[in-house]
Amino acid sequence: MSIVALVVHQFRFDQKTFWRNPASVFFTVLLPVLFLLIFATIFGDDEVESLGVKTTTYYVPGIITLGVVSATLVSLAISLTVDRENGVLKRTRGTPLPSWVFIAGRIGNALVISTLSLIVLAGLGRLVYGVEIPFERLPAVLVTLAVGAASFCCLGIALSAAIPTEQAAPPITNFVVLPLYFLSGVFIPESEIPEGVLSFADIFPIRHFFEAFFTAFSPTTSGAGFEWGDLGIVSLWGLAGFLLALRFFRWTPRAS
Amino acid sequence: MISVRGLRKSYGELEAVRGIDLEVERGEVFAFLGPNGAGKTTTVEILEGYRERSGGEVRVLGVDPAHPTRDWRERIGIVLQQTRMHPELDVRETLELFAGYYREPRDVDETIELVGLAEKSGDRVGRLSGGQQRRLDVAMALIGDPELLFLDEPTTGFDPTARRRAWEVVASLRELGKTVFLTTHYMDEAQVLADRAAIIVGGRIVAEGPPERLGREAAATEIRFRLPQGVAVAALPLGGDRAETDGRIVVVHTKEPLRLLNELTGWALSEQLELAALTVGAPSLEDAYIELTEQAGR
Repeated sequence: MSIVALVVHQFRFDQKTFWRNPASVFFTVLLPVLFLLIFATIFGDDEVESLGVKTTTYYVPGIITLGVVSATLVSLAISLTVDRENGVLKRTRGTPLPSWVFIAGRIGNALVISTLSLIVLAGLGRLVYGVEIPFERLPAVLVTLAVGAASFCCLGIALSAAIPTEQAAPPITNFVVLPLYFLSGVFIPESEIPEGVLSFADIFPIRHFFEAFFTAFSPTTSGAGFEWGDLGIVSLWGLAGFLLALRFFRWTPRAS
Repeated sequence: MISVRGLRKSYGELEAVRGIDLEVERGEVFAFLGPNGAGKTTTVEILEGYRERSGGEVRVLGVDPAHPTRDWRERIGIVLQQTRMHPELDVRETLELFAGYYREPRDVDETIELVGLAEKSGDRVGRLSGGQQRRLDVAMALIGDPELLFLDEPTTGFDPTARRRAWEVVASLRELGKTVFLTTHYMDEAQVLADRAAIIVGGRIVAEGPPERLGREAAATEIRFRLPQGVAVAALPLGGDRAETDGRIVVVHTKEPLRLLNELTGWALSEQLELAALTVGAPSLEDAYIELTEQAGR
C-alpha cells in the first residue's frame, strides 16, 4: 500500500469504530443537534441586542463551535486515552504502521465529523429557524473550520497525555471544555456575560474560535468574514498543543 | 534470530535485569521462565523494541531493537500480555485492519482458521471470551507472516481447556517454521512447548537448556519404597543421600539415581528383603523451577 492508501485504510476503520460506538455518535453528533434545538426553542425569537441578530442566528455558529470542539478535542482526548489504556496504541506501535499514519487517520476522522457537524447544524438552522447559510463567505467558513479543527485536534492529543486513566478521560475533558462553552458565549449569548468574564475567556481558544466562526457565519458581517486575529490566537494554541503532544504523548498504558 | 549479551535494565535504583545472555536459533520455540517480577516482561519488551535498555548488546533479526525500523517490524509478530482491541470491530475486520499494515500479509480467513476462530469471525471483539480474545491476539501477531513471534504469557488466566487449545496453536506455529520466544510462569507450558528454556529469577538467568535436561540437572530424582519390616532407616545403604520417612514409606532424593538404585537393590537382594512399591520418579521442570527459585531467593 502506498502511504496515502495506508492513511485511508486507517481512516476507514476509524470511521467504522466511530459510527458503531453509541456514546461517540450521541455525544459528538446528536448532542450538538439537541443543544441547538433546545436553546433555539427556549430563547426563540429574542434578539441579541449588542450584535443585532436573532438568538437563533446567534446559536447556529455557537453550537457549530461546540460541534467542532466535540469532534476534535473532546473526541480525540477520550478515544486516544481509552486506546492507550487498552493497549491498542502499544499494539499498533508494534506493527510496521508509521505512528504518524495512525494519528493522521484519527485526525482525518475528526475533520470529517467536524465538517458533517457543520453541515447538519447549518442545514438545521436554515430549515427550522430560517438562518441564512452564508454561501458568499464559504471561504471564510471553511478556513475557520480548518484552522479551528486542526488546532483543537492538536490540543486533544496533548490533553490525552495528561489524562491518567480511561475512567478519568470523560470527566477531565468535560471539566476543560464545559466551563469554557459557558464563559465564551457558546451557551449563553455574550450580551448576558459580564465584560470581565469575556476577557478571561479571551485567554482560551474556544472564545476566539467562536468569534471567528460567528463573523464568518453571521448575516451582519460585511466583507469576506476572516477574523485573522482570532484565527492567529487559535493557531498559537494549536501549535502549543502540537509541541506538548510531541513531547508528552505516550503509546503505552499508564496503568502498567 | 536473537542474540543478547550482558543485557541490563534499571529503573532508578531497582535493577530489573542484571546482565543476561541469550541465544535463540531459527525455528526454535524458546521459553523464558520465571516467577512474577523476575524481569521476564522487561526483557521481552526490550527485545520487541518497546523499552530502552540500560546496558549490554542486543540483536533481534540482526537489528538493534532500540532502533526499530519499518522493515524489521514487518518480520516480527507480537502478543502482548493484555490488549483489548476495539470492541466495535468484528474478528475479521480487526484482522483486515492489521493486515493492511503489512506489505505481504497472510490470508485473513486462513489465519482465523489457524487460531480456531472461524466460527467467531463475524462476532464483535467485545463479545469474545478471554480465551478467544487471546487467540485473536495471536492471529494479529501472525497476520504479517512474521519470522519471529513474541508471546508474553499467552495463557495466563486461562482455564485448562483454553490453555490446551492455545498450546495447539503454538504447536502449529512450530509447524509453520516460525521462531517463537515465549514467556511464561507455567512450567508445564515450557515443558510441553519449548525446545529450550531459560529460567530467570531476580533479573539473572539461573538455568538454561532443553526443559527435560533443566529438570534433570537441577532437581534430584525421587526414589520411594516401603520400608522393609524390621529394618531401621539408618541401616539403609544410602551413601550420602538423606531419607525422609513416616515410618512406612521411605523417600530419597538423589542426584545419582543409578548408583543409589544399584546399592539399594543389591543390598535388598543379599539381605533377602523386598523393596515393596518401589518407584523412581523423573524430576520435572516444576521441581527444578521451585528449587532454583528457592535457591535464588535465599
